[in-house]
Amino acid sequence: MGSGTGLGRVRGLGSSHSGSHHWWLQRVTAMGNVVLTVWLAVSLLRLPSLDHASVISWLASPWAAVPMVLFVLNAFWHFRLGLQVVLEDYVQGGMRIVAMGLLHAWTFGAGAVALFSILKIAFAGTN
Amino acid sequence: MARNTARPLSPHLQIYKWGPHMAVSILNRVMGVGLATVGVAAITWWLVSAASGEAAYDAFLKCAHSWMGIVVGVGLTFAWLLHFFAGIRHVFLDAGAGFELNANRTWSWATLFGAVIVTGAIWLFIAGKGL
Repeated sequence: MGSGTGLGRVRGLGSSHSGSHHWWLQRVTAMGNVVLTVWLAVSLLRLPSLDHASVISWLASPWAAVPMVLFVLNAFWHFRLGLQVVLEDYVQGGMRIVAMGLLHAWTFGAGAVALFSILKIAFAGTN
Repeated sequence: MARNTARPLSPHLQIYKWGPHMAVSILNRVMGVGLATVGVAAITWWLVSAASGEAAYDAFLKCAHSWMGIVVGVGLTFAWLLHFFAGIRHVFLDAGAGFELNANRTWSWATLFGAVIVTGAIWLFIAGKGL
């Protein structure tokens, strides 16, 4: 930290050009997950049944669909950040680049399917 | 980087005596990986099957109600709760609190027992309600 410009020292970012942003976002999304996962668990356990009709009529309501969309965005963001740290710890060299690519594909692929499914149910209504 | 193998390495984790804080730490990571892979696959399949109609959803339910599905369900419930409680513990550790030996041990055990007890309570509720 002794070298470089004064501005660089104040920012404290070093040669990586980034600092605690990843770490902080993981805490922010974790806090979101505290609320959203409890909401999801309680909502599902309160349903009269988990058959198709019950789940569809529940998820068709904006009061369920919107938090469910938020849950997918927040939880998937959180797992994307977390798995990145795990891969950086255990996978080296060129394999790490492949692993990061697969992580992106898994996050955005599964995320798109999950979000589309929620929106389809929400927009189609209970019929 | 080439390492001179004639020179000793400094010791790593194996020099420490195992304690509950180490168990919670590695379990938190393992459960996080489990949630990010098996958990995400399960919840995505649940959503897409619900959006695909009753036949697809019944195929999901049949799988979920098999003994394998129940094992995965109980496992994911435990993984969620352990990661949940360990995450809350981490917020305090991040703030610099709870590193005293006794406090650290107490909250590590509380994280483990809390996850086991709440998992049991949720699945007793599910069994009682017949979900």
